[in-house]
Amino acid sequence: MSMTPTPPTDQAVDLPTDLEPTASLAEEAGVGAGSAAQKAYRPVSRGRLVWRRLRRKPNFWIGAVILALIILFALFGDLLNIYELGEQDPYSFNAKPSGQHFFGTDAIGVDLYASMTEALRKSLLIGFLAAPLATVLAAFIGSLAGYLGGFVETATNWVINLLLVLPVFYVLMIISPLLSSMSWVILVVAIGLFGWMIMAQIVKNQTKSLKEREYVKAARYMGVGTLTILRRHIIPNVASLLIIDATLGVASAILAETSLSYFGLGIQAPDVSLGTLLQDGTSAAVSRPWLFLIPAGFLVTLLTAVALIGDGLRDAIDPTSEVNRA
Amino acid sequence: MPEPLLEVKDLTVSFPNASGDVRAVRGVDYSVAEGEFLGIVGESGSGKSVSSLAVMGLLPSSARITGDITFRGQSLLGMGDKQLSRLRGREMAMIFQDPLSALTPVYTVGQQIEEALTLHNRGISGDLAHKRAVELLKIVGIPAAERRVKAFPHEFSGGMRQRAMIAIAMANDPSLIIADEPTTALDVTIQAQILEVLQKAKEVTGASVVLITHDLGVVAGNVDRVAVMYAGKLVETGPVDEIFSAPRMPYTMGLLRSVPNMLTAGSSRLVPLEGRPPNLAKLPQGCPFAARCPAAQDRCREAEPELLVTDGTGRQVACHRADEIAAGTLRAVDIFPRPPFHEREVLEDRVTEPVVSAKGLVKHFPLYKGAVFRRAVGTVKAVDGVDFEVLPGQTLGLVGESGSGKSTTSLELMELTAPQAGSLHVAGHDVSKLSKADRLAMRKDVQIVFQDPMAAVDPRLPVGDIVAEPLTVHKVPRAERQRKVAEMLELVGLDPEMADRYPHEFSGGQRQRIGIARALITEPKVLVLDEPVSALDVSVQAGVVNLLEDLRDKLGLSYLFVAHDLAIVREIADTIAVMYLGRIVEYGPVAEVYASPRHPYTRALMSAVPVPDPEVERTRRRIILAGDQPSPAEDIAGCNFASRCPLISLLPEGKQQRCRGEDPVPVLHGGSRVACHHVDSISRLDTVDAASQSSVTSA
Repeated sequence: MSMTPTPPTDQAVDLPTDLEPTASLAEEAGVGAGSAAQKAYRPVSRGRLVWRRLRRKPNFWIGAVILALIILFALFGDLLNIYELGEQDPYSFNAKPSGQHFFGTDAIGVDLYASMTEALRKSLLIGFLAAPLATVLAAFIGSLAGYLGGFVETATNWVINLLLVLPVFYVLMIISPLLSSMSWVILVVAIGLFGWMIMAQIVKNQTKSLKEREYVKAARYMGVGTLTILRRHIIPNVASLLIIDATLGVASAILAETSLSYFGLGIQAPDVSLGTLLQDGTSAAVSRPWLFLIPAGFLVTLLTAVALIGDGLRDAIDPTSEVNRA
Repeated sequence: MPEPLLEVKDLTVSFPNASGDVRAVRGVDYSVAEGEFLGIVGESGSGKSVSSLAVMGLLPSSARITGDITFRGQSLLGMGDKQLSRLRGREMAMIFQDPLSALTPVYTVGQQIEEALTLHNRGISGDLAHKRAVELLKIVGIPAAERRVKAFPHEFSGGMRQRAMIAIAMANDPSLIIADEPTTALDVTIQAQILEVLQKAKEVTGASVVLITHDLGVVAGNVDRVAVMYAGKLVETGPVDEIFSAPRMPYTMGLLRSVPNMLTAGSSRLVPLEGRPPNLAKLPQGCPFAARCPAAQDRCREAEPELLVTDGTGRQVACHRADEIAAGTLRAVDIFPRPPFHEREVLEDRVTEPVVSAKGLVKHFPLYKGAVFRRAVGTVKAVDGVDFEVLPGQTLGLVGESGSGKSTTSLELMELTAPQAGSLHVAGHDVSKLSKADRLAMRKDVQIVFQDPMAAVDPRLPVGDIVAEPLTVHKVPRAERQRKVAEMLELVGLDPEMADRYPHEFSGGQRQRIGIARALITEPKVLVLDEPVSALDVSVQAGVVNLLEDLRDKLGLSYLFVAHDLAIVREIADTIAVMYLGRIVEYGPVAEVYASPRHPYTRALMSAVPVPDPEVERTRRRIILAGDQPSPAEDIAGCNFASRCPLISLLPEGKQQRCRGEDPVPVLHGGSRVACHHVDSISRLDTVDAASQSSVTSA
């Protein structure tokens, strides 16, 4: 089970092409020809430029609003509820969603709404910690190996290939006593540690071609240090790739957690996550559809929102991708 | 007047686009007579290629074409692809710019020529087609054609592939050959070979040729008639001599004045043609050239001038002020005045320490083979013992064909580490003895400007950060960096307010200026310029070259100027080093080397450079080198250049032996160092008939 999906290769680093400057871009950068003449020289930082572009993306806003709502629900949703997590209502088994039980109850009368808020918290935490962890590892290891080449690259290849041939699930099963005895944090680390390899390979290969670019050579001849070159020239140029990876990584990290929890290797019994809820609901999908459809709906909405945000971010960070697609 | 072979009437081509249609060709009329050699000239984006692709029916289906194209009275635009295919290849043939992608890599060159033959002549037998393929390869001057016919395109060099393309084009004796930038991707000595082959193809087949190019020099020496294109329209047509001697459209004038001429360069400055062609999706009202035209008047901005016949010689000009220009009241020297020529202060009387001095510099790359057990199987001698000096405030021009090691030499300097062999001193310090901190400090003094303005700046960084980058290494505070960035942008002629824009919003010439600003921000002593203008349009080149000259004289910079364009080097350099296969074969003051080149390679190189003057071109003696540069991995006893040397065959047997057996060492002759055994015999090249030197006949 690979936790890092391979991004489509044509997305890999939009190469800069000779583009005629368009009025919209000049305007977007805030220095339209007309206004530039009057304005004093005031450099705009890269972060602000990215934010300005991001602001104009409706997709980003849709994603951000949905995600914010889900997070708010996860954090404060239980304030509206009278039932505690795991509390049983002996008078309503298998109740449909109603004013009493917003999301209904299961066979033993546990309130799904209460479980849902808690499950979302856990899944969001795991997803948003594990995926960036894997991406950061991939970016750092991949770019360093690609840039330095030689022995570092060979050694990285060994490690990557070793991790790739290891059956991840089997390894997790072996260390599962460790997992269940420790907190869910160790699960985050485990998902991250087994999710960076394929992305690192892609970053490494991109770095090897970026290394030959004249601006990287120029930086080297200026005496810019290796880590600075990686941070300033290499990583931003694979940023769109990393953002896609991190975004899709959130989805796959949540899915990974789900599968692990299913086998009792992830989130343990008293704790709930989106994965355990889905698992519990699967068998009831036909007879008591709310037990399955509600967690599934949340999962799909959550993943869509994250994808929309990732898409908007990529357009904003990479000023040429938008033009390329037009 | 006989019916023309090809007639294009009011041709327009537009490409639908979200932000408005791109009108690549906007009403073009021209005709090609039987046996005529027409040159279509224009900058990139002028629509010259699109209009000829329309003739061949090779435009993408999204293109909207109107007007009429008739070939021998038949209208081509109404024809389906099937009908057109019958004409293409048999009646009309096309030669493309990039010979690598124009040939299919999975078939042999012979198969591809035979395909062209059998496609249009079903009756031809395989045997006959094969014989004809060999014959064609011989005509285009491919040595050992019987063997080479079985070779695959990747086994051919760029020049040989282009020859093979010409052979395919000639295969069915077409009556029209369209050559789209056929020599742009090639070295100048190879370009001379290809142009000669093209002339030969024209003679053999009797075809009319349409040569599309941006290089006025190429046009001057070859064509009968010139058509100048700008922003999708023809702006001037006429016989080649008249266009070059008395252009009537300001754009043609500007173009002609901006081209460096190898014969006159160095004594006067280049005339820049400012601005850039308009965006074809949003054309301004009036003459499209008005924004760049110093002679533009109000009427130029209101209405676009028509292409009108001006006199009996068949000249057509599209300019409101053509009458004034023809009458001589509006002269080119007034429209595009030459910038004043600065007398340079040359520090010759003072004893000056060179800023850069290399002695016996060597850079060899080992060649490996095998995937599991890598073993060295040879060495590529990229730089093989090179001596040069760059004096303060002066420019050393390093010229040579691609693969001669000139770029490797300049990058060796940038490394600032101990060379594999020999010594390298920068600003008086031996670079092999530098400590890490010293080396970092010295990087301030040595900066580089790269060739490709697209690749030399990071597309993800705003221009201000790009220019400030060298300062971040030396821990300059932020406020100081911003001040310097604004100052540098101003210095290279850019608006400091552009600092927060991204590189893709700039044109090629502007991006090159960004690269120069970045190099200058540390106030270096030496600037390595690695082909700084070769990727730019001619009109833009002049501006960048002038800027470099001004900066050198104002800031007292020293340049190591790497280039393949001999005219530009003559313009900017004080000393020239001619490289061939990792060695410097001739090294001396520019004036002396250009006036009397002493090495046969230098002579050949100089004679291969086309001069933008048809009269000179017709009378010039051209030495055409045979074949290609040998691989730098080869072990050559004797002189490197012996395999291509035009002089060697003119020497008596005993002297030839010396060339093949003994490696020449550079020896001082006059003011220059020449690596040739027979400098005294060089004048033999002048007396021999140029035609007998031709690679075509010798092959």
